Amino acid sequence: MSDRTFSRFYRCGALLAVSLLALTGCGRAPTEVVVYSSRNEQLIKPMFDRYTEETGQAIRFVTDDAGPLIERLNAEGKNSPADILLTVDAGQLWQAAERGLLRPIESETMSTNIPEHLRDPESRWFGLSVRARTIVYSTERVKPEELSSYEDLAGERWRGRLCLRTSKSVYNQSLVAMMIAAHGEEKTEEIVRGWVANLATEPFANDTRLMEAIVAGQCDVGIVNTYYFGRLTRDNPDHPIKLFWAELAGEGVHVNVSGAGVTAASPHPEEAQKFLEWLSQPEAQSMFADANLEYPANPNVAPDPLVASWGTFRASPLNVAKAGELQPAAVRLMDRAGFR
Amino acid sequence: MSAIAAELRRPRSRGATNVRSLLLLVLLCLPALVPLFVVLMAVLTPEVEIWSHLARYVLPGVAANTLVLVFGVSAGAAVLGTSLAWLTSMCEFPGRRFFEWALLLPLAMPGYVLAFIAVGFLDYTGPLQTWLRELFGSSSWLPPIRSTGGVILVLTFSLYPYVYLLARGAFLTQGRRAQEAARTLGLTAAQALWRVVLPMARPWIVAGTALVAMETLADFGTVAVFNYDTFTTAIYRAWFGMFSVNAALELAAVLLVLVIIAFALERRSRASLRYATARDLTRQTPRIELRSARAGVASACAAVVFALGFLLPVAQLIVWSFARAARDLDARYFDFILHSVVLASSAALIIAGASLLVAYLERQHGSGPFKGLVRIATMGYAVPGTVLAVGILVPIIGLNNVLQQWLSSWLGDAAPSLLLQGTLVTVLLAYFARFLAVGFNPIESGLNRITTTIDEAAMTLGVAGGALLRRVHVPLLRTSLASAAILVFVDVMKEMPITLIARPFGWDTLAVRVFEMTSEGEWERAALPALAIVLVGLIPAAMLTRRGEHVA
Repeated sequence: MSDRTFSRFYRCGALLAVSLLALTGCGRAPTEVVVYSSRNEQLIKPMFDRYTEETGQAIRFVTDDAGPLIERLNAEGKNSPADILLTVDAGQLWQAAERGLLRPIESETMSTNIPEHLRDPESRWFGLSVRARTIVYSTERVKPEELSSYEDLAGERWRGRLCLRTSKSVYNQSLVAMMIAAHGEEKTEEIVRGWVANLATEPFANDTRLMEAIVAGQCDVGIVNTYYFGRLTRDNPDHPIKLFWAELAGEGVHVNVSGAGVTAASPHPEEAQKFLEWLSQPEAQSMFADANLEYPANPNVAPDPLVASWGTFRASPLNVAKAGELQPAAVRLMDRAGFR
Repeated sequence: MSAIAAELRRPRSRGATNVRSLLLLVLLCLPALVPLFVVLMAVLTPEVEIWSHLARYVLPGVAANTLVLVFGVSAGAAVLGTSLAWLTSMCEFPGRRFFEWALLLPLAMPGYVLAFIAVGFLDYTGPLQTWLRELFGSSSWLPPIRSTGGVILVLTFSLYPYVYLLARGAFLTQGRRAQEAARTLGLTAAQALWRVVLPMARPWIVAGTALVAMETLADFGTVAVFNYDTFTTAIYRAWFGMFSVNAALELAAVLLVLVIIAFALERRSRASLRYATARDLTRQTPRIELRSARAGVASACAAVVFALGFLLPVAQLIVWSFARAARDLDARYFDFILHSVVLASSAALIIAGASLLVAYLERQHGSGPFKGLVRIATMGYAVPGTVLAVGILVPIIGLNNVLQQWLSSWLGDAAPSLLLQGTLVTVLLAYFARFLAVGFNPIESGLNRITTTIDEAAMTLGVAGGALLRRVHVPLLRTSLASAAILVFVDVMKEMPITLIARPFGWDTLAVRVFEMTSEGEWERAALPALAIVLVGLIPAAMLTRRGEHVA
């Protein structure tokens, strides 16, 4: 390698370093609120825009899966630019709080607007919309009287008639975690083994495929998040399947939340808290939930008319934080039970 | 005699230059080595409890699954890619000119898209089985698509272009001449193929197949659609399901070590082989003229592969784009495309350039340990994307925090806040770590064929060092360089995890758009950005095949 090539290489390196500094040097506006979100762009951006319009508060965001976002937050430590972590599952929020990445906030507004079982007992995060996971069935082959609970789907009479989504889905993981909270590991494992024995076909990669399989007659019952059912209904209102409000341990429908918390290292905790409070009040709650046909976390806000047409249900009163705490145990349990 | 040969093969430059070259080599490999080091370091703090669970309930199954998948897909892609490359570059049959570049197009089709379409079309609820049930009352005799065979088939169709592209380069630059020479020595056409042409193309076929194997190991999107459990799904399950990033990194480390061993063994098996190119590369001998039935079979095979790997999936994407995604199309798509192209082309230039330099330095000065170092540096391609993304992000954030501390103590409150982790430089560094193999493999196999006698001839004419690279190697390596750049370009267009975690605020690409749609399971709405990825990826693919024709 000649010396000339070398000096050229170093010059390139120097140029790179300068441009790198130029790229990073331009700091952001002092009061911009930064959101790390695993809720996707089209579901959050309209609200961010509305908030900016109303209050003048600028918001920037990055979307990714919660796993990498939490690792990034953790590595950034006190230098993190993030003010808010927004996820689509309580388990991830629980984990972030557990690792000390979220700060407790004292807010009268939040504790009034968001019911106790949908937020962290230590106020480090709050559910903003409710994702109900319940039974869906074929109106052609199943009578609603035959249905009762998630646990019952393990029974003999559903042999070869049940469809499930993969246990890799965080929604199944949190459902099983809540079952562990209610019944303990031993009984829950028995139930999950019963489910697996009843499967009509290999678990599906998503809820939509599962519902299509019920429509096509491959199986008769399944467990899905209601907003997937809503999407299917919006695209094709005449399908022969219906939702049934299932019971978990006889206490109501299993729910998860999409929610948020203010980060421990937040450079603008006050602005971030104000934004969360805004998200908990009726107008924002409607936008937040309706964009994806979910239920508002604020009980005083009515859901989208399509969602309301499925009737009302009693939600399980167990705190959604349990889903995070018991999720690793649920995953292992499903591994043992052969639930793929 | 052999002593003289050995003397001749010894590196010309010595002393200080040699040390500096090796230093440069290490420096170039560093960005690729750091994330692998981060992954391997996780082994030092084992998650004993999780491991005993995994060893008992998870690992036996996923290890077997992963082996079957990697061998199935590698074998499938090697056979499909090599035979199609042989057909289009050595033979003449109807449609040859079209298929020559068209068979490369599935490269632009992301594997998860092909998987989603295949499952949607062929599963119980899909149109084929629905139609069969209407016709015969049952469709249960049809083998299920959501099976080991199904996932192998889909990955084979989406990954064979890696082998096709590289094997085609090998055949074009020497195949027909070798075939001709073998024939004049009395071999039949079949003997010439098996005993001369294929063995001479081996480094390229192996390099392409190695890329396929690594991509298969790292794949998450495709296997997730099939709910097929592999090492990668186990890694994500430990991380996202059991909240243990450490266990995930440890699993990745085990995978990495196994891959390194496997590739070392492969390399050893051909360590004693030498490859050289025939001279007079500009004159091409005629193609083998296929006639009647044979020509028909050749055209039909090419047509089927093209239809399954590209035409039908694209048709489906177009239908979905019109049905579901039309409202998504707005002016922002210009930005998405621009961002994708800027990232992909800078990455292609940087990685192909660096790969050339690395391959050259390794060839001129590299001894055992340095060769091993370079080999390991290319292993990022076999690590699941999200794991590697975190592996590179964490050290960069660490660096950022140190610099920030230093700035703050120096400037106090006036210090600007640094954010190295959210810059394009970081994104490109991470791409480098991930895709070095994609750039390096084609170039290294190309360099393999430039004999040391060519170097020596050049040196006696006073051409050495950088000039040797620029004036002798680069012109001889044009096909390999172009292959490397195109492969990196298309791979970056499709890349998600690194782009997602390290992109600057608002710097959304087409792949990010696909993520936004699919993160809530709205696959059909992702058709539009997926289609855009395919279309933008086509341009370079077409360019390459056009240019590749007469280049050595």
